[in-house]
Amino acid sequence: MARRSSPEVNAGSMADIAFLLLIFFLVTTTIETDSGISRKLPPMEELEEDVVIKQKNIFTVLLNGKDQLLVEDELMALEDLREAAIEFLDNGGGTGDDACSFCKGKNDKSSSDNPDKAIISLKNERETSYATYISVQNELVAAYTHLRNIRAQELYGYSYSEMMKNYKDVNWPGNRDALKENINRLRKEYPQKLSEVQQ
Amino acid sequence: MSKFNKKKKGDLPAVNTASLPDIVFMLLFFFMVATVMRDNELKIKNELPAANQVEKLDKKELIMYIYAGKPNFGYQSKFGTEARIQLNDKFSEVSDIPAFIYSERESKREELRPFLTTALKVDKQTKMGIVGDIKQELRKVNALKINYTTRIGDVSLNKK
Repeated sequence: MARRSSPEVNAGSMADIAFLLLIFFLVTTTIETDSGISRKLPPMEELEEDVVIKQKNIFTVLLNGKDQLLVEDELMALEDLREAAIEFLDNGGGTGDDACSFCKGKNDKSSSDNPDKAIISLKNERETSYATYISVQNELVAAYTHLRNIRAQELYGYSYSEMMKNYKDVNWPGNRDALKENINRLRKEYPQKLSEVQQ
Repeated sequence: MSKFNKKKKGDLPAVNTASLPDIVFMLLFFFMVATVMRDNELKIKNELPAANQVEKLDKKELIMYIYAGKPNFGYQSKFGTEARIQLNDKFSEVSDIPAFIYSERESKREELRPFLTTALKVDKQTKMGIVGDIKQELRKVNALKINYTTRIGDVSLNKK
């Protein structure tokens, strides 16, 4: 009997097929992570305890149905909001117990006492567009970040944003506990007190 | 005869490419594993607004998504052109949100539940009315951690 050896399959095109698949997956892959502005909603059952807040410690931002911005009862462009918020928060007009030792503002008696007392009140109408609302939120967060950055530069020699980046980075070699403490101190000095008015 | 078969010196041997498929397959498997196919098809317009003061949302398994926006063209005859909410794969009402949150919570391990975040993916042309309603519902079921998902960019991009 003649023994026939089975012919060898040509595997030369295997690489081509695999490349084709590879390119398909390369193109369809999106290694995306979402990002956005994080907020915490107030809990439903509120303590029925009226806290008296001085009018000068409230910074009212109103967005009307035509996407116009009314800040402290004056019409304002979105570009100026950040600056106005910074000025309000960093005013440091308090005296005695309310005095602010690190504020660099104008010490205006008719504006906020210190950043801990200062509250930004944001009110929008049902007709306000979401894009404008997010823009305003973004500017207000930017104001807080700006102030924290300056304070961090003063205390520790690098900015708050940088500290946050290091804290999130698992490979950061420094002392994490100390960093966390520094971040908490900054957050305490410039707390984000943003209250939203219910419609 | 042997003098004809003599190897010529200085002739480079061909590079062996037998392991090429293996290498390519390895890459292929990596991308197959890393690929996340979009799990819910969007039935609404969902162009996110831009912001630059953003935080990254890692830990995808701890996020509940609520979409809102105008229905896509194909659905407009049925659902109109007013902004609607989409939960998972279907159009929903504001009153469906608590049930959605409870079922999402139920599907997660108990120790992870306090860390659940709700990501609001809202089209930038939507009015705040519906967003306010969503927020109110979320407060009712005590889902207080929210994130307004945005694109990364300057806020000037949000102007029409």
